[in-house]
Amino acid sequence: MAFNSLADFFAMGGYGFYVWLAYGISFLGLLVLIINTLIKRKKILKAVNQRIAREERIKKAKNREGML
Amino acid sequence: MWKWLHPYAKPERSYQLAGKLLPWFVVLTIVTFVIGLLWGLLFAPADYQQGDSFRIIYIHVPAAMMAMGAYASMAIAAFVALVWQIRLAEMTVAATAPVGAVFTFIALFTGAAWGKPMWGAWWVWDARLTSELILLFVYLGIIALYNAFSDKILAGRAASILTLVGVINLPVIHYSVVWWNTLHQGATISKFDKPSMAVEMLWPLLIMIVAFAALLGALTLMRFRNEILTRESHRPWVRQLVLNNIKMTGKN
Repeated sequence: MAFNSLADFFAMGGYGFYVWLAYGISFLGLLVLIINTLIKRKKILKAVNQRIAREERIKKAKNREGML
Repeated sequence: MWKWLHPYAKPERSYQLAGKLLPWFVVLTIVTFVIGLLWGLLFAPADYQQGDSFRIIYIHVPAAMMAMGAYASMAIAAFVALVWQIRLAEMTVAATAPVGAVFTFIALFTGAAWGKPMWGAWWVWDARLTSELILLFVYLGIIALYNAFSDKILAGRAASILTLVGVINLPVIHYSVVWWNTLHQGATISKFDKPSMAVEMLWPLLIMIVAFAALLGALTLMRFRNEILTRESHRPWVRQLVLNNIKMTGKN
């Protein structure tokens, strides 16, 4: 291992701020992208689902009208 | 000879194929990220000149390589979309662009965070840095153009054309360190010679390159599936898919 202690590891030989800044922002960026992709999928499926439900309601309402 | 490929021009088949490939890419991404990061951050020795700041390359180099790789694959897809009028290729362009943009941003940002302690400046208008910044703007332009049209057939064509125009930037980025006297260092591993890097440092870098490639693949597949679903949302197969989804999860 390249470091003797946990404090050593976080200090990164004095470059801790720059190293963790680079890693932190990079993973934040990737995380935002992953979450955005997952949310998009959910939204699309929800929209399709809502349309199906709406079509069902219209169909039912039309049937009821026919019975009256 | 290419007949086997034809069914995949059907969005439904492509959606299913992407779904089958996705888990493999996700697993490969997670495994290589864990190994590469642990190795690079904990076990690789510190650089004799740069100390531990060199560890930034384990995300900087893979992100930069894959930002260009993503663009190259987008350009191929854009060419296919324009020449053979294959809509799925346009969707690939739209799916890849945001991933490439984020990778480019990461390459630029990590480069700045390394440049500050090593060069003494967050940013210099060096040929490599400037051409990489242009790559980010081209990516953003493609995304904006694709979203500017509500007619997605027109949007796909416009984005594909812009993608092909932007290809000119790729060789400029790659050879910028050769053509101009840049502050940015030259190639270390992507050259026709032995890599000028110690093996203990090189291995984790190669693993991280695979990790970013796998992540690019996984995210592109996910976004590609999203594109297909959006454009095909009125088709019966999407309807069936949503109905099956409800049945499986049990919620409405």
